[in-house]
Amino acid sequence: MQANGTTPLVEMRNISIAFGGIKAVDDVSIDLRPGEVVGLLGHNGAGKSTLIKILSGAYKPDAGEIYVNGERADISTPRDAKRYGIETIYQTLALADNIDAAGNIFLGREVLTPYGTLDDAAMEAETRKVMARLNPHFRRFKEPVKALSGGQRQSVAIARAIYFNARVLIMDEPTAALGPAETQQVADLVLQLKKEGIGIFLISHDIHDVFGLADRVSVMKNGKLVGSASVQDVTQDEVLGMIILGKCPPGATPGPGADRTSHPEERSGS
Amino acid sequence: MNAPVATTAPPPSTASGSLLSKLEIDVRMLGMLAALAVIWIGFDLLSGGVFLTPRNLWNLSVQTASVAIMATGMVLVIVTRNIDLSVGAILGVVGMIVGVAQVQWLPAYLGLEHPLTAPLVVLLALLVGGSIGLFQGWLIAYLGIPSFIVTLGGLLVWRGAAWWVTAGQTVAPMDGRFKAFGGGVEGALGATATWIIAAVACGLIVVGLGLSRRRRLSFGFPVRPGWADAVIAIVACGAVLSAAAIANAYPLPVGTARNWAEANGIPWPEGGLFIPHGVALPVLIAVMVGLAMTFIATRRRFGRYVFAIGGNPEAAELSGINTRWALMKVFGLMGLLCGISACISTARLNAATNAAGTLDELYVIASAVIGGTSLAGGIGTIAGAMLGALVMQSLQSGMVLLGVDTPLQNIVVGAVLVLAVWVDGLYRRRIK
Repeated sequence: MQANGTTPLVEMRNISIAFGGIKAVDDVSIDLRPGEVVGLLGHNGAGKSTLIKILSGAYKPDAGEIYVNGERADISTPRDAKRYGIETIYQTLALADNIDAAGNIFLGREVLTPYGTLDDAAMEAETRKVMARLNPHFRRFKEPVKALSGGQRQSVAIARAIYFNARVLIMDEPTAALGPAETQQVADLVLQLKKEGIGIFLISHDIHDVFGLADRVSVMKNGKLVGSASVQDVTQDEVLGMIILGKCPPGATPGPGADRTSHPEERSGS
Repeated sequence: MNAPVATTAPPPSTASGSLLSKLEIDVRMLGMLAALAVIWIGFDLLSGGVFLTPRNLWNLSVQTASVAIMATGMVLVIVTRNIDLSVGAILGVVGMIVGVAQVQWLPAYLGLEHPLTAPLVVLLALLVGGSIGLFQGWLIAYLGIPSFIVTLGGLLVWRGAAWWVTAGQTVAPMDGRFKAFGGGVEGALGATATWIIAAVACGLIVVGLGLSRRRRLSFGFPVRPGWADAVIAIVACGAVLSAAAIANAYPLPVGTARNWAEANGIPWPEGGLFIPHGVALPVLIAVMVGLAMTFIATRRRFGRYVFAIGGNPEAAELSGINTRWALMKVFGLMGLLCGISACISTARLNAATNAAGTLDELYVIASAVIGGTSLAGGIGTIAGAMLGALVMQSLQSGMVLLGVDTPLQNIVVGAVLVLAVWVDGLYRRRIK
């Protein structure tokens, strides 16, 4: 699967970033192909979200390069990332609570009338269309998103990411705040978007979430890449070992963060 | 309620579809209007019918203009989770510069009472005010200094600068045409112009409601029932026309009227002439500023960004909004509005003093807050802030009318500010 010849949609090479001397991300390389779901796993504080925020333009890396479709991409603001078709659904959802659904979906990319004013009616019409696809029961178009339920807010955040023809979608803990039915909805959506050829980075600390949806997993620990593997080549226990101990199993390609000292027999839990 | 059937399905969120929700009227705004009515009627009763006279209401409108104009900008400042404590001081320094410019600088080239003097000094006021605002905005947005500190420093700096312009000397009198900005006899537009303005306003209200309705219908969205739009149009036009009627019911003083009649070759009749004031220029300016600011806040991309920044600064940043530039512009706009208010207060006083605008920052902030602007950011309306300014000014001039001592006036205004914010908080918690 890794070496099937297609150019990666996105490739992050040797990315490093430090905050006040602490290396939050240290020499990490990951890639993503069209129609592929890559799970990015690791403990809280492993550097997943930071890595992804570099890709989405929120942070500027200290070192490393980003390639989009094989070409060097210069991403230093969220606007740059969006221009490359990289959309992000943040863990916090990043919604302006005081603004309605349409205002949030089009925030920063408003539809304007010929007179340069906000075309709220057009934006609401588009919002109704995209929400009909994501959340058919959604009716509260005129209310600030503060008044919406967790699932509804999530749909607004997802709508914002997919409306503008994303080619790369980053989902940071997309199901953390959702109930079982809504989690299933998100899973269905991921599979549907995958079919459309969109590449998806799925960030989670719950490996069950990821195993059901991802083609490959990359595991981070203490800011370093432990390793990457196709989900067929590794077991969930092995991935747990990567997350907890930084131990790279035989089925995975080790990264710089893999535990090189070979301990005799180490088991993860149970 | 035997209302005609709505043209489309009622909004599903509200259960009963009460009268207010059909009209889509802001309940908070209605509460403020009710509070204003109580204040007005209360003062009228206490003063023995002196408060609700055309003369007093006309003066009230002129007195409110300066603070109301600045309050519209303060709404945007507070919505972005910032504060501007320097508005009174900016008004002071711009007022001094405006005064010196028309009394000393420009007459050296143009001579006294040149027709270009007034436009040039107004331009200068906008330029100086806007530049000061942009500079403070740059310190806040790009250097990351808290707005409270920058504008607290600004309060001292610009007040000091106001003194520096003339080393404390008061400059007077102002240019004849410039004085119109202060209202008074020179700034009263007269009956005909007032009626024309009122008619145009009514026309715009009706056309605006119709256009927005048609636009929503063209997308197949739910609209207000037809009767509700009609009620809104009638109430709004009624308010405009009554305001015009009140302004036109206040005649010029006898002496001024006689001078005017003589200057225009009209014989002075036995019973005197009833020459109405009409709406005052500063009030007209304030209303136009209010409309322009509402347009900016609700219809322009910039306004959307301002509210997004206030609602969630991080989300705004992640959406690709240039939040720093937006913030700098907010403060620039605030400075610009201080420039307008500086012209109005200087013209009204017919003198530039370095004390002009002292404590205005507090009245401006209080107006915005009484008008429903949340200090937590993200929430506020221009109309609310202007109404807040009117409430504050009504309290103050009502107490002056009753002969209440200045210290007690301040106590009452302060208490009302705290009370208003408390009631607003209760209301917000209840609707949540």
